[in-house]
Amino acid sequence: MADLKVKLGKLQLKNPVMTASGTFGYGTEYSDFFDISRIGCIVVKGITLRNREGNAYPRMAETPSGMLNAVGLQNRGIDHFIKHIYPEIKNVNTNIFVNVNGSTVEEYIEVAEKVNDLDKIPGIELNISCPNVKEGGMAFGVSCPAAATVVREVRKVYSKELMVKLSPNVTSITEIARVVEGEGADSISLINTLLGMAIDAESRKPMLSTITGGLSGPAIKPVALRMVWQVAQEVKIPIVGMGGIMNARDAIEFFLAGASAVQIGTANFIDPTVSMKVLEGIEDYLNRHKFNSIYDIIGTMTI
Amino acid sequence: MKKFILDLIVKENEHINEDYFVLKLTSNDKLPHMLPGQFVEIKVENSPTTFLRRPISVNFYDKELNELWLLIQIVGNGTRKLSEVQVGDTLNLILPLGNTFSIPGDKNSRLLLVGGGVGFAPMLFLGAYLNDLGYRCDFLLGGRSEANMVQLNEFKRYGEVYTTTEDGSMGEKGYVTQHSLLQKKQFDMIYTCGPTPMMQAVASYAHKRNIACEVSLENMMACGFGTCLCCVTDTVDGNLCVCTEGPVFNITKLKWQI
Repeated sequence: MADLKVKLGKLQLKNPVMTASGTFGYGTEYSDFFDISRIGCIVVKGITLRNREGNAYPRMAETPSGMLNAVGLQNRGIDHFIKHIYPEIKNVNTNIFVNVNGSTVEEYIEVAEKVNDLDKIPGIELNISCPNVKEGGMAFGVSCPAAATVVREVRKVYSKELMVKLSPNVTSITEIARVVEGEGADSISLINTLLGMAIDAESRKPMLSTITGGLSGPAIKPVALRMVWQVAQEVKIPIVGMGGIMNARDAIEFFLAGASAVQIGTANFIDPTVSMKVLEGIEDYLNRHKFNSIYDIIGTMTI
Repeated sequence: MKKFILDLIVKENEHINEDYFVLKLTSNDKLPHMLPGQFVEIKVENSPTTFLRRPISVNFYDKELNELWLLIQIVGNGTRKLSEVQVGDTLNLILPLGNTFSIPGDKNSRLLLVGGGVGFAPMLFLGAYLNDLGYRCDFLLGGRSEANMVQLNEFKRYGEVYTTTEDGSMGEKGYVTQHSLLQKKQFDMIYTCGPTPMMQAVASYAHKRNIACEVSLENMMACGFGTCLCCVTDTVDGNLCVCTEGPVFNITKLKWQI
């Protein structure tokens, strides 16, 4: 049996299959379907300092091989999470990361500080890449100085695993990745959604209330794979790859490109048990090819 | 209620007309219990442009026959592909999803069920359910024309059926809210499902007369179980997911201008 354990910084995951923020609720929404503690790490829905109502309906449009969303970080705020959701999920026997968001650097800091005090949350995913909010979000992830500032300031107050989620909506993904690594991130996750839009030709109106939104699903997988590969050439810290992973084969491609772990996102909506199928498929692949460890395939694409 | 992901067997695919069909699904195992207003998410195979599951309201659930009915209107490639399934095929469903209608305590309550278009679907199950519990109900069903007026014989098993069509091809001409029944009879509770303008007109009628009213919404959604947060509706408690907090809402909770 191949060893599936991977390390993100100092943190060990029992396996490299994670679930992506915003596609897996707080985990418990999936408890009816399978034992969620089998997931290597659950990244919960993005959290901000204060309650956010998110964007107006409609927030979703189906596209060929994917979907656009414009949720806009709807959540009840970090204090609500600590009081009402954390007690419900803290005994789930796996790693749970909080996806941290802010409109300002100060907000990111304040949320990170509060999460730092939660014993059963071993890490955060710093989201500097949400395309669906007017202030903050992606603005921090598309400029090197802004990304540097937010990562540096959060690093000062956050002592556990700091993963930074990058936006693909940049000219050079490697520049941002290097900056984030330089400011002390323990790992990098990529990619968040690609900015896109859809129009209803009959009504001549946009399909989303915000006009533009974030594209996810298999449509973006080649872009995600390319970016993971490029970043893997440039940084030493572990990379968590995501973008359109629908099955184990997709996940394997991300490992070969250089990812140490993967996140399953949009696929959870279509098959709520997909993360377990991906996990079993990875195991099967390693055994079939007689690899002893997941590390035997990470970054091993041969040119 | 616990949610399941199940492969169900197509027992019947009844094409009512070129726009509507009814899938009757069963299983070798006992189907999970379902309540009126709840819905399922069906996976559509072999339709390249259909990425997400399709949320479909439970049209009827027969515990004895172990049967689930889905009344589906063909609107795009996904529903068209579903209309082509054959008896014996299997379909993958997530169910049961969403909440249910509230049932008044008084068995003598005068109940009106208003359906429009494919919004007939949950009204049939609700009518049958109320009937089983010993309630009497009236159905007020409306459509653009006769072709939209489906399953009328089914409805007649559970109460009086009143119809309107916009072109006058069946029943009274006009909208459901213009039907003479509403002048003649008083109601204690109204349930409705259909196009939003119709539901808003029904909600407005109920609101002005102080009649309790519940509507079943069908917002676009990606997951159906409260994680994508795409299907929200604006309520007095903020944006709520139609898939988990609904699809049934009391009109006092919605921020409709009625």
